[in-house]
Amino acid sequence: MSTVVIGVIGADVHAVGNKIIEHVLTEHGFNVVNIGVLSSQEDFINAAIETSAGAILVSSLYGHGEIDCKYMRENCQEAGLNNIKLYVGGNIVVGKQAFKEVEQRFKKMGFDRVYPPGTNIEDAVRHLREDLGE
Amino acid sequence: MGIHLLVDFGSTYTKITAIDLDKECIVGTSKAMTTVKTNVLEGFDLALEKLTVSYPEVSDITGVSACSSAAGGLKMAAIGLVEELTVEAAKRACLGAGALVNLVFSHHLSRKEIKQLKNADIDIILLAGGTDGGNKECILHNAKKLRDANLGVPIIIAGNKDASDEIEEMFEDSDQEYYIVDNVMPKLKKLQVKEAKDVIRQIFITKIIEAKGIKKAEEKTGEIIMPTPEAVLNAAELLAKGYEDEEGFGELMVIDIGGATTDVHTIGEGFPKRSEVILKGLQEPFAKRTVEGDLGMRYSANALLSLVSPYEFKQYYEYDSDIESAANKRHENVDYLPDTDEEVAFDKALARICCDYSMSRHVGHVEVVYTPLGNMYYQTGKDLTDIKYVIGTGGVLINNADAKDILKEVNKKSNKKLELRPTDPTILIDRNYILSAMGLLGQKYPKLALKLMKEHLV
Ligand code: B12
Repeated sequence: MSTVVIGVIGADVHAVGNKIIEHVLTEHGFNVVNIGVLSSQEDFINAAIETSAGAILVSSLYGHGEIDCKYMRENCQEAGLNNIKLYVGGNIVVGKQAFKEVEQRFKKMGFDRVYPPGTNIEDAVRHLREDLGE
Repeated sequence: MGIHLLVDFGSTYTKITAIDLDKECIVGTSKAMTTVKTNVLEGFDLALEKLTVSYPEVSDITGVSACSSAAGGLKMAAIGLVEELTVEAAKRACLGAGALVNLVFSHHLSRKEIKQLKNADIDIILLAGGTDGGNKECILHNAKKLRDANLGVPIIIAGNKDASDEIEEMFEDSDQEYYIVDNVMPKLKKLQVKEAKDVIRQIFITKIIEAKGIKKAEEKTGEIIMPTPEAVLNAAELLAKGYEDEEGFGELMVIDIGGATTDVHTIGEGFPKRSEVILKGLQEPFAKRTVEGDLGMRYSANALLSLVSPYEFKQYYEYDSDIESAANKRHENVDYLPDTDEEVAFDKALARICCDYSMSRHVGHVEVVYTPLGNMYYQTGKDLTDIKYVIGTGGVLINNADAKDILKEVNKKSNKKLELRPTDPTILIDRNYILSAMGLLGQKYPKLALKLMKEHLV
């Protein structure tokens, strides 16, 4: 059973999606460690270390995702999380921007999967199975 | 019923408190120098003799309970994975059990750290790391390092349960004394220290007491049931919660300023008091103890001095004498008693600094985070702004005429706005030095212990 850390990054309080993600992933047999809203990169990383998580799923809804996620990959590496998968989703940037470009920018920052608004969590479940080799 | 004796084998004094169980009162107290180096019973016998001479009614002794902090107390090393998580959880288990945490390590133990463990005079090691089902690699690495180091010190393993079988196999065939207990952090940020604390106490009772030469006392006192700081924490908890229809004081704090350390205990939830403040960090224990090894009136006087600038010290001390030599004198002569106004004032300055600094470290802090959406407030630790009572104990405070004045240092300060310190609590002093004794008495007679504390804390 794979462990995944989920939470909402930065000063973001949008809590509803986070609960739904926890519910869906748990239903699909993942061991979900939910650190909740208002979580810093450090909170995600510390949680992933202690729980030996295979992936971190970052949510950002309020539009400031790009600032909050900056250097997250580097910080993971610094903390010894070399193989961790990083996913991000929600409304990760301000307003309506071409998603392809947004995806490119987040991939460049080291995120393995980047999801547009309104993503079905089942998609992420499929990707997790692929990426974590289940 | 008769007379019940409560004995505290302290680092300097062996203290006896005699309770009349029928009349429900404290008959009297006495003390004599602790004699661990020769025979611990000498000190005990002398104290008992003094007691029976002063209080002839102490004759029908029907029971004895004892605690000890002699020979350096209980010294532990806490090891975990992430500093803010399992390391902190391990530390809290040790502190809650009445230990001093002398060494703290995170992540993979290095050779250098193993050497430190070897050289330090540690009684028990607590090894944590990983939530249940989480990281096992680190605790396995550390367990192996510890086994190979053959330190001859009991190890309590309180980490990821998934690693426990492998650790058991590792230790089974070695001479290492080990105990596998519940994970101190089974789930992220969840604290579960009860079993670890119980085992610490068990090892203390069965082994440490013996190693420190205190076991002999048991011929006369029966089993020494806990380290003294744990007795104080138990007393504080009883006093806060109450027992049956005897009401308690509610949330409270106990401060013990000693020669080597300053201990702070609080009983209370400490949740944020304002709705816009968000709680961060590991779950806080309801009964929380912190110990500051660099804040003390004698042995730690010069360590304390290195924390404050001369300018800052002057805020507490008005004389022009040489501060450094005054501190050194105390460090080298731990039985020193001040004899001039100047020296008394110096002691008071030290005590106020102990109180102020230990408070800064014990209470929760609010941090302002500047976000794209404006300021947000995060709280780590306990909000103690509503604490109703602060109780001072320990030799220095209870004998000091200015004790209440010293303890006012716990209060909120304009230059430490982000610290969640008490705001004008009622200050009480444990004048007769009964708190640890009441923690012991409370094991068997909680209602009486509670009643006596309410009478004697003034
Ligand atoms: C309810 C709400 C609030 C509530 C939140 C209450 C709470 N505690 O949850 C309140 C009123 C507090 C609020 C405040 C704000 N909000 Co608002 N809010 C909404 C609203 C209407 C619904 C959010 C919601 O719950 N949706 C339902 C859940 C189920 O969906 P979801 O959150 O999107 O999550 C799903 C998916 O996104 C996805 N997902 C999410 N994360 C991830 C991660 C991965 C890896 C994957 C695979 C999938 C995934 O799966 C989730 C489950 O299906 C949305 C608009 C909308 N219709 O989406 C705006 C919205 C999110 N808010 C917005 C804004 C701007 C704000 C404020 C900044 C407004 C302000 N100026 O004060 C503040 C920010 C406060 C803060 N500090 O966070 C904007 C964000 C714009 C942007 N990103 O460019 C939105 C989109 C509204 C808009 N169209 O302008 N908000």
